[in-house]
Amino acid sequence: MSPSVPLQEMIRAIRSARTQCEERGVIQRECAAIRAQFRNTDNEGRSHNLAKLLYVHMLGYPAHFGQMECVRMIASPRYSDKRVGYLGAMMLLDEKQDASLLITNSIKNDLSHSNQYVQSLALCTLACMGSAEMCRDLAPEIDRLLRSSNSYIKKKAALCAVHIVRKVRELGELFVPSARSLLSEKNHGVLHGAVVLITQLCEQSPETLERFRKTVPDLVQIMKGLVISGYSPDHDVAGVSDPFLQVRILRLLRILGRHNEAASDAMNDLLAQVATNTDSTKTVGNAVLYETVLTVLDIKSESGLRVLAVNILGRFLLNNDRNIRYIAMTSLQKIVVTDHIAVQRHRGTIVDCLKDQDASVKRRALELSLALVSASNIRSTMKELLIFLSSCPPELRAHAASGIFNAAERYAPSQRWHIDTILHVLTTAGADVRDETVPNLIQLITNTSELHCYTVHKLYRALLTDISQQPLVQVACWCIGEYGDLLLKGECQETEAVQVTEDDVLDALEIVLQSHMSTPTTRGFALTATMKLSTRIIDNVDRIRSVVSIYGSCIDVELQQRAVEYNALFKKYDHMRAAVLERMPVIQKNSVGQTNGEVGEETVKESQAAKVAQKEMALPPQPAGQVCDLLDLLGGSQEPLQPSSSLGGAASTQPTTAGGDLLDLLGGLEPTPPTPAPAVTVYEKNGVTLTISCEQQSDSGLTVTLTASNSSDSDISGFTLQAAVPKSVQLQMRAPSRDSLPANGAAKLTQLVILNNPNKVNLKMRIRVSYTSQGSAVQDMVQVDSFPGIGAAGL
Amino acid sequence: MMRFMLLFSRQGRLRLQKWFTAISEREKKKIIREMTTMVLARPPRTCNFLRWKDLKIVYKRYASLYFCLGVEDEENELLALEIIHRYVELLDKYFGNVCELDIIFNFEKAYFILDEFLMGGEIQETSKQIVNRAIESSDMLQEVRCMKTHTHPTAF
Repeated sequence: MSPSVPLQEMIRAIRSARTQCEERGVIQRECAAIRAQFRNTDNEGRSHNLAKLLYVHMLGYPAHFGQMECVRMIASPRYSDKRVGYLGAMMLLDEKQDASLLITNSIKNDLSHSNQYVQSLALCTLACMGSAEMCRDLAPEIDRLLRSSNSYIKKKAALCAVHIVRKVRELGELFVPSARSLLSEKNHGVLHGAVVLITQLCEQSPETLERFRKTVPDLVQIMKGLVISGYSPDHDVAGVSDPFLQVRILRLLRILGRHNEAASDAMNDLLAQVATNTDSTKTVGNAVLYETVLTVLDIKSESGLRVLAVNILGRFLLNNDRNIRYIAMTSLQKIVVTDHIAVQRHRGTIVDCLKDQDASVKRRALELSLALVSASNIRSTMKELLIFLSSCPPELRAHAASGIFNAAERYAPSQRWHIDTILHVLTTAGADVRDETVPNLIQLITNTSELHCYTVHKLYRALLTDISQQPLVQVACWCIGEYGDLLLKGECQETEAVQVTEDDVLDALEIVLQSHMSTPTTRGFALTATMKLSTRIIDNVDRIRSVVSIYGSCIDVELQQRAVEYNALFKKYDHMRAAVLERMPVIQKNSVGQTNGEVGEETVKESQAAKVAQKEMALPPQPAGQVCDLLDLLGGSQEPLQPSSSLGGAASTQPTTAGGDLLDLLGGLEPTPPTPAPAVTVYEKNGVTLTISCEQQSDSGLTVTLTASNSSDSDISGFTLQAAVPKSVQLQMRAPSRDSLPANGAAKLTQLVILNNPNKVNLKMRIRVSYTSQGSAVQDMVQVDSFPGIGAAGL
Repeated sequence: MMRFMLLFSRQGRLRLQKWFTAISEREKKKIIREMTTMVLARPPRTCNFLRWKDLKIVYKRYASLYFCLGVEDEENELLALEIIHRYVELLDKYFGNVCELDIIFNFEKAYFILDEFLMGGEIQETSKQIVNRAIESSDMLQEVRCMKTHTHPTAF
């Protein structure tokens, strides 16, 4: 068809502009001309003008003055005008513009136009930018078109219905019957649209999903037809018959078969057939295989089929195509927890992928390798991981290092291997390890007393070669300070003997102290180590004294404080020096939830010594604060309902232990045994009774217990509670004791809710009760304004 | 569903943008900027899939043009590559050995073809021949001076 000459001339003019400024000039002139022509109601060139404006809009220039022109063009009787007008509407108008409402009427008229191409324009535009209002208006029209005899229109109407259902959920009901009948169509386009529509309806509403489960045999039939049928020129892509439709049907089968034995059984054979018959030499065949694998792994398939699926993924891992390796690893990662043994079979290939050139493939391979580490393969896997660490891209280093540490901690075959591994990591990627590695490593070293000599020798040697990796230097300094005497003895069973003099050791520490590469923390370590050596060496104590006194006037406050204290140890408290600086006892592994108030070891009453010990053990900061922030995020702005799922679970244990420690530090305040609080009934309906009782735990903390019981004759199932509180109050719901209420009060359901009211606002709670009784779902809301067991003025 | 499709040149100039959800102009510009920087920065022999926010980005380079598709999490990435390829084939059939200049000077045709292939973020028609025939018929209809067949009065 003939191109639009005015449009092309303008495009040529814009492209020939040599600078940005020139281009802007050309465009300004053109826009002015276009605006003038819009005012002129000449019929001939209208579509060309609008097309020009759309081009200008695509370059990023403002084009809002064309919106009304779009509306006018859509209403024109000429097809060329309508075509460009609708295109303009899709590009310039969206549901936020007021002008979009004006085209609703035109769309409605065009939907019943006698020419299918005009109808198609209207359908396309509605599916692209239809607002909820427009969708509600035009839904019955779309439903009518779904029943038309024209398959060209039917397939477009189906996708339009998908858009409507996405915008206005309630209209889903309207399309269910037509969707069902469309499945018997032969036309692939219509069939595809029908499958998409049914998928959307099922995803939105579980009841509709139940109804559509009956279509599984029909879908299986259609798929079989596609897979077995001979070559069909219309839909063939590289030997696969209509892969787009196949993938969509597989996805629908996945949704229908999930959590349902019967449906999954019905599709077992088909999935096995698709998995074995599909040609995997081209991407398109692999796309279908990939979807099949995802479906098999998601439904309740039998184990033989699952193994087949994992083997397909294993084959993908060996494929030359990088894309296929990538998706294989993404899928394996999802199932590594559930199908661990099956994935283990492919461990070799996965570990090989660590050497791939693509960064995303490498990242996936790293995560999978770490997930597959076990006691039996730890040595070989670790070898590969350490090789990977030395050549891995910088953004993956921290993750790799911490993964290696975790794996080493869990599966280390021997202490020496463990220490060697950690040292290797520190020398290769020392700058990227996390801060808590240093105390963890120190704790590990003190625990392996037989290897102290070996460790300190290795660390000393590492220190001599390179002092830029801070964590390594810190650990080395600490060890030299603690075990300097072993180092100076010279002999060691595990490594070759090297004669180390006291001067050498003190030189090494001084280099660390003076180097500009050392951070203040590292220098602190070095200074303390130097000080500790004063009790472990014989000759150079004076040298140590001078070093320490120099740093007494250091600019860094921390170093200065230490130096001054050590000086004091030399001068006034020399009789205590040996006791203070003696070997540390074995450090207990600190669990995450403890506060910094915990004092480690008390060797001497001297508070300075205690401070020294605490500084070395930089305990990880309490994550409980983060948990409270998370709750605030979930809390949101208006009193939202928080899910009653066990967010409680792991996160909730930390704040409460923190509270417990606090009480301990305050000198063992015995928490007074809570007096049994009165229970108040807040909800009574259909035989379901909900009572609430409270206990005040602390100044701002309150525990609320919700108890539900069922006095009716029929069982209640799916019982859930949701609670909402005022904005500043923090709420945590523990998992309920059960989720159903048997009849006649045979068992009660309890659920704990922990509240924290730091601002002491007036406490209210809204509780939503949902359950299924005698087949029908019930949902009720209850507001609780006063809490039994606490004062009337709130917390 | 697909959220958007972008076509841009090696220099980062936008040649086509199709949005399947309602978002503001500012948001669109931001996405375009981020997509072009992200995709153009990819080294040559890497895989065609990226993760960006909660979407998967599938891109493929054909001569001097990058085709970039933003899809939701449940979509099949390999099939997305096939979708891009199918669109290129349709353009190729229509323009005859399509090149970037064809798409620049006839951008509205590129949109019309896309609108016959995809709709509402989903595939509309899986057969190449049917899409081609529909475009040809629409083009012929455009040639007709005025339509003689409409029976309903159109509101102005």
